[in-house]
Amino acid sequence: MNPTGKTGTTDTAALAARLREFIGEQYVVSAAESKRPFECDGLSVYKQMPGLVVMPSSTEEVRQIVRLCYRDKVPVVVRGAGTGLSGGALPNPDGVLLSLSRLSRILEIDPDAGLARVQPGVTNLSISEASAPHGLFYAPDPSSQIACSIGGNVAENAGGVHCLKYGLTVHNVVQLTVVTVEGEVVTVGGEGLASAGPDLVALMVGSEGMLGVVTEVTVRLLPVPSHCQVILASFDELEHAGDAVSAVIAEGIIPAGFEMMDSHAIRAAEDYVGAGYDTDAKALLLCELDGTEEDVRYGVEHVTGVFQRYSARSIRVSQNEAERLLFWKGRKSAFPAVGRISPDYYCMDGTIPRRSLSRVLGEISRLSGEYGLRVANVFHAGDGNLHPLILFDESQPGELEKAEAFGAEILRLCVSVGGCITGEHGVGVEKLAQMLDQFSDAELAQLNAIKDALDPDALLNPGKGVPTLKRCQEYRST
Amino acid sequence: MTAIADLQDRVRAAVDAERPLCIAGGNSKRDFGREQQGDQLAMSAWSGVVDYQPSELVITVRSGTTISELRQILAEENQVLAGEPPEFAGNATVGGTLACNLSGPSRPWYGSIRDQVLGVRMINGKAEHLRFGGQVMKNVAGYDVSRLQAGAMGTLGILTEVTLKVIPKPEATITVRRTIGAGDALQAMNRICSTPLPVSGACWNAGELHVRLAGPASVIAAAADEIDGDILPDEDGFWSRLREMELPFFTEADDLWCVSLRSTHDHFMPDENWLIDWRGARRWLAASCDRDTLVRQAGEEGIEIWQLRGAEQGADVFPERSDAYRKMLLRLKRALDPAGVFNPGRLYSWM
Repeated sequence: MNPTGKTGTTDTAALAARLREFIGEQYVVSAAESKRPFECDGLSVYKQMPGLVVMPSSTEEVRQIVRLCYRDKVPVVVRGAGTGLSGGALPNPDGVLLSLSRLSRILEIDPDAGLARVQPGVTNLSISEASAPHGLFYAPDPSSQIACSIGGNVAENAGGVHCLKYGLTVHNVVQLTVVTVEGEVVTVGGEGLASAGPDLVALMVGSEGMLGVVTEVTVRLLPVPSHCQVILASFDELEHAGDAVSAVIAEGIIPAGFEMMDSHAIRAAEDYVGAGYDTDAKALLLCELDGTEEDVRYGVEHVTGVFQRYSARSIRVSQNEAERLLFWKGRKSAFPAVGRISPDYYCMDGTIPRRSLSRVLGEISRLSGEYGLRVANVFHAGDGNLHPLILFDESQPGELEKAEAFGAEILRLCVSVGGCITGEHGVGVEKLAQMLDQFSDAELAQLNAIKDALDPDALLNPGKGVPTLKRCQEYRST
Repeated sequence: MTAIADLQDRVRAAVDAERPLCIAGGNSKRDFGREQQGDQLAMSAWSGVVDYQPSELVITVRSGTTISELRQILAEENQVLAGEPPEFAGNATVGGTLACNLSGPSRPWYGSIRDQVLGVRMINGKAEHLRFGGQVMKNVAGYDVSRLQAGAMGTLGILTEVTLKVIPKPEATITVRRTIGAGDALQAMNRICSTPLPVSGACWNAGELHVRLAGPASVIAAAADEIDGDILPDEDGFWSRLREMELPFFTEADDLWCVSLRSTHDHFMPDENWLIDWRGARRWLAASCDRDTLVRQAGEEGIEIWQLRGAEQGADVFPERSDAYRKMLLRLKRALDPAGVFNPGRLYSWM
């Protein structure tokens, strides 16, 4: 697939020669076999060989590369660790794939202020690891946190299990260094908590590399809670579990994480890692509480009470760290576990108001019958972020298309109950058509005007995130 | 009540006549930013709750709704707006609060109003009524135009509706107070705040450090024992006077600066000139001095200095910006407000 359009307008050999004047020979990759690992991100149904892969090692090198590309009108696609799930880092055939993996240093940790200044190629988890000796951690924890980079997290506004209590990437980043398409360096945000003028940090976070190249990130670190326990509860009805989620939050308790799995996911996970899940249940909830000892005691007592009221089949509270990790193990391995029961799966990412959980899950189950494709649900119930995994077999002709159509229908369903098409994976190339379900033409035109303002030649990650006016017309007419 | 169509007409007329609009909520934040210019566009009548789902912890209100009204509505469900924005004698509106992104003492732990925003409806410079964001906690479709409005002071459009995440009201609060110098207080605040104690305020004022804890009564009682000082079970008055800028430090200041910086930044200038809030990340300075002198002492990297009172007529009161930053801001302004009719000069003399 080549959703980004034009081909063959860039003289890559000449560009490579220019780049090698200031970047080490081995960091300007033009040979096909060496470019191959970069042809897709975590959404591998979309593949495209990049014109060149370039790996800078400093903000200054990024600035020079971008400036050169701006002059020659060469598209630039920025890539972090390539774990994205919406094709946001899909290369451009005529462009430079700017891999920021060498910008991988933690520049500073100020434990007293609770701040870390890092380069974009640093992995999410390594920030928490480096902060741990100070009793601190970086809260957003996407499930790819071992591998994914903070730069990619910024591009996608990544979430994770703990964002219910601690917020998304946008809530945990205070300052960014950005290289503009013209190759100028701008610092947005600040180390204090107030910055005058429009919130440019918020604009950059989640902009999928389309408004600038982030070369430095300052994040907030939080004290590691002294206590943490997880409650594992199983239910006979999805509906009871869904209502229990709303009831806990209505009770005034904000769990650190609040996850739900349906019967397909429970069984797949249990077969895979043996976490001790109740495999006869229709739904399983994992509710993590953290804070001071007294805080956690209070939370466990109240949440347990709610689960009892909503007729839980079984309720188990982790009694030690090993047990807590075991309870989580099933959830954390749910995606690969589902991968074992189906040749392929397609992971959706719609968000809905919590009160619609039961209704939407019921409708997904009905659609599953209609399309003849199984669905496993594993998701962030606390913030209504669904991850239906549509199971299919790519080797069967037409199944991928069927899975995509099913997925699109799920997203329309999410929008119709007041939700949105993507909670944390981003639009990328995958959900461009669904942007029309979410936004009016005037709204899309406004988003495009913002893109034009900061990137008039559409060089930064072109063809992603926001459908152009032309594509909108094509989608509307089909 | 004003209708959206009327507001859109006002924008069209302003564009046609090339007469800028001065968008006004409750006119309560004149100390912030530069003087208003243009024809007044009063938003305060555009008020009321559009939708409130207590079990979702989400409320949507029209932008002219006052913060005090919002607080009362939420209180009935035992919920609060995180970050405690000031009410300013009942005049502050939700739209104005988001436009200025103004927060109270709990901001470092609970976030500012920007952090609570889930979506907005707004009228752009083409008089189109648009919706960005939504009503759900997580939404990464499209650029984050709703949070971009935070701090924009109305220069990028007219906010008509704001959807906010709210939180359960903490069961109780407790304040620990002790006498201490500003420099030592800064160290103490940062030390306390790097532990997992349930802190919801840390402020040094007039020789005293106040630390507030919030949560279930049993939880904060245990936590208070870990902090040096006198335990004051009911000290909400101090925190609300701080939030409303009604402490003598504020009411007596002819010259007032707000310095936003890394909380561990060295203390400078005499103690009596300062009120230190947000665990050291926001420091109010009541002193007659000029920006250059302040910048020399504070430094520039990552630091924001705002002048609230004592500025010369027409002077810029927010930090100088680099050419590249200005260019970015001006282009954004043009993308949302091509004719430049929204609050020109309110934020910067050049925008």
